[in-house]
Amino acid sequence: MVEQLSPLEPVFRPGSHGNFVDGVGVTLSEIAPGSIVQLAAWPGEEKKLMATIGSVTGLKLADGAGTGASSERYTAFGFAPGKFLVSDASEGLATAFAGKVTAAIGTITDLSHGRTAIRIGGPKSEWVLAKLFAVDFALAAFPQGSGISTTHHDVFTQIQRSGPDSFDLYVFRSFARSFWKMLCHASDEVGYEVR
Amino acid sequence: MLITCPYCGPRDVSEFAYQGDGNRTRPDPASTDPEAWNAYVYDRLNPAGLHNEIWQHAGGCRAHLAVVRDTLTHEISSVRFAREHGAPAHGRRKPGAKA
Repeated sequence: MVEQLSPLEPVFRPGSHGNFVDGVGVTLSEIAPGSIVQLAAWPGEEKKLMATIGSVTGLKLADGAGTGASSERYTAFGFAPGKFLVSDASEGLATAFAGKVTAAIGTITDLSHGRTAIRIGGPKSEWVLAKLFAVDFALAAFPQGSGISTTHHDVFTQIQRSGPDSFDLYVFRSFARSFWKMLCHASDEVGYEVR
Repeated sequence: MLITCPYCGPRDVSEFAYQGDGNRTRPDPASTDPEAWNAYVYDRLNPAGLHNEIWQHAGGCRAHLAVVRDTLTHEISSVRFAREHGAPAHGRRKPGAKA
């Protein structure tokens, strides 16, 4: 595989920044999964696709909009009717699905080099994200494992809640550096650590 | 203005793109009737009240939605996937298909 270079590299400054004298409000990091794949089911084939995701990743997806799950290695969530984003810490996820997601079930799109995955965690993560997106980030409305697709100033973003106060954001690679800088600005007031 | 997407839930109108009047009936593509095409392209009801519209959740799940909006109050009285009852009344509608 071609080596993946981070688009964040020129602006990625590990350490504490902003107003962190009273503690760090959020931690920002790049997840850099080995592979990211988008799977889409033809109408009526959603259940088969979800079962295939389960057989490849071991993740059990419940019915319903935005359903998702994650494990040490994999994450998966629905972001649109019949469409799922699946990530793997290792490379080669698209190959793992090839042959299993048949042409009769749906399509596979390898986005490993097309998306940048950013994790925001910490007690102020909901607060910071609420500045950017008009979405309810409360745990009751946005349960752990579930995902959404939304947008900030035309930067399309897919978000999965990876923990009670942690979110994984998938943005287009070409927008990732700009988005990262904006996320840093938004985190300034609560103090943030990059690692 | 909030539109409650059937998949994503209530979202700000800025995430949606207006795709046009939902009342239009596309003539048969083979039709050469200029009156029918003129009506399809230009004639609009422009009602003061409930209006059938097609919106796309472009900044979200990307689904096309059939929305009923009150043009006086912006109240949204119903939202469904445009594909649920056949294709939207405009665009790729099959000739002779019912709305």
